[in-house]
Amino acid sequence: MGADHAGHPAAVRVRQLEEQVIAAGLATDAELDATLARLYAHASPLNGSRIVARAWADPGYAARLLADGNAAAAELGFDTGHPGSGYRLKVVPNTPGTHNMIVCTLCSCYPVSLLGPSPSWYKSLAYRSRAVREPRAVLAEFGLRLPSGTQIVVWDASAENRFLVLPARPPGTDGLAEEELAALVTRDGLIGTAAV
Amino acid sequence: MTLSPGTRVRARLADPDHHTRLPAYVRGQTGEVVEAAGQWPLPDDRARGIRPPRVETVYSVRFPAAALWGSGTHWVVVDLWESYLEEDMP
Repeated sequence: MGADHAGHPAAVRVRQLEEQVIAAGLATDAELDATLARLYAHASPLNGSRIVARAWADPGYAARLLADGNAAAAELGFDTGHPGSGYRLKVVPNTPGTHNMIVCTLCSCYPVSLLGPSPSWYKSLAYRSRAVREPRAVLAEFGLRLPSGTQIVVWDASAENRFLVLPARPPGTDGLAEEELAALVTRDGLIGTAAV
Repeated sequence: MTLSPGTRVRARLADPDHHTRLPAYVRGQTGEVVEAAGQWPLPDDRARGIRPPRVETVYSVRFPAAALWGSGTHWVVVDLWESYLEEDMP
């Protein structure tokens, strides 16, 4: 699998691990391929953007989203509950006084189906170690300079509990349709390293 | 052990030689329960092939940056399995 990465040193290690998993009888090659194909077939930050746009447009949906992220994602057709790879989706809202930011310090847990494949910096040791320690400086390097009074909350994800940031709706967007709102939302906004 | 939001808890100082999801940077630190985040198999058991693994409540616990790092005004929220925690008795 992953023929386009076959020459990469990590790909060799991944293949060795896969062979051990297969040899131990934990999964077949076909099952591993099918899992990855299913995971990536519809994985895109456009999914997260649609969730955010719906929440901006519909306060009732926003309330349901904050109460139960998985159920609200399912309302839009996004299934986050696959047996064996399901997780609790927790949506954390930015407010005028609070900014949320996501990291996985121990590995790279991330809601792939809603945000697409994670960016390489999200998996980097630098981001993972600095986000929890000096988030304000990290955000400034991303070009996001928050007022000194803004409370920053950093959420350290695990495989079982993954996060999505609900950015604040930008001013001046009152007349926009839901699709136009969705187009404003970026992947980094959903991680919390951009305002929107 | 059921911990309601606002309960003060301490992350254990354990330093196991097996896999764990208790990050080193919160060990021994005191935080506050934000909410219960569901019931999940204990990663330490799963990684060691213990069947069935213990299933525990996971708590989102927030720690003040100043306690973790000696400076900073932000919060860090970490999801911690019940056996990683003890109630912080003043």
